[in-house]
Amino acid sequence: MAVVFEPTKGLTDKPFHYCPGCCHGIIHRLVAETLVDNDALETAVGVASVGCTYNSYEYIACDMVQAAHGRAPAVATGIKRNLKDSFVFTYQGDGDLASIGTAEIVHAAARSENITVIFVNNAVYGMTSGQMAPTTLVGQVTTTSPWGRDPSYQGYPINVSEFLSNLAGAAYVERVCVTDYKNIQNAKKAIQKAFNVQKNKLGFSLVEVLSTCPTNWGKEPLAAMDWLKENMEKQYPLGCYKGADITFDADGKYVSGAIPATANNCVNVGEVKK
Amino acid sequence: MAKGKLTFNENLCKGCGLCVAACPKKILELDKTRLNAKGYHPATCVNPDECIGCAFCATQCPDVVITVERF
Repeated sequence: MAVVFEPTKGLTDKPFHYCPGCCHGIIHRLVAETLVDNDALETAVGVASVGCTYNSYEYIACDMVQAAHGRAPAVATGIKRNLKDSFVFTYQGDGDLASIGTAEIVHAAARSENITVIFVNNAVYGMTSGQMAPTTLVGQVTTTSPWGRDPSYQGYPINVSEFLSNLAGAAYVERVCVTDYKNIQNAKKAIQKAFNVQKNKLGFSLVEVLSTCPTNWGKEPLAAMDWLKENMEKQYPLGCYKGADITFDADGKYVSGAIPATANNCVNVGEVKK
Repeated sequence: MAKGKLTFNENLCKGCGLCVAACPKKILELDKTRLNAKGYHPATCVNPDECIGCAFCATQCPDVVITVERF
């Protein structure tokens, strides 16, 4: 008899405080499993954000700090520049990353900081009781758009992966979801690839994970999964937006593919003097 | 003949039902006759003999309730 699935050592024994059916538990587990698989639990440093994930340092069994709202990429920058051999990741929601922390995430990507961002997008501010987020879909009902998001008044959703992939500094940007077994495996592969990108010092990596928020969407967990597949995947198509051709060997060593250092097509008007 | 065995850490279960939907053999149910320590109806396997040990349920579970063994 072989154990094919057991709770990972990368998670602490503390039960998650998340609502029933919330995808955060799955995404926490994938991050923790990736750390364990790569034997990085002792050296990794995570940066928790503000939002439902404020408590993630209680659950993931690596060193973690919490940043002010939206500032996780800036804090991670400081940590990574000092602890160059540690795996440094941030774990952020969409209200944190796409609204309050827009400046930090854009400039972290533009500087090609060698950090990994796990971006959980559930189209709503979850923790503060379901206000409209920058990622809220057009027509979606939230507590601050009770008649549905009206583009003429409240604007359009931000597709974070698409716009960050346009920056020369971004090495790897992929959007995944965790609605079923196959997608969960794809999400785990994406997180592993982001880990490899950072390990090989290729630059900024971001994995956007589409998630449900059954409580604030006002849906049963299963109905919320269906809603995500029907609506969110249309607004936020799954796929790799940058770094799809980057390949690694079995040991996680960089083999080939376009990276910011070589594929950078920015105009260079002079030699950099060091 | 069962090929897999499930162990539930029932007091972590929040009764979301994602495992019930993920099971290809449709042998998981929320036990409406019991409550766990959190006050939810915990997920349980109603027909253990049919389990194939695919671990779809455990992979989908957001609260890491299920441990899967395969023969």
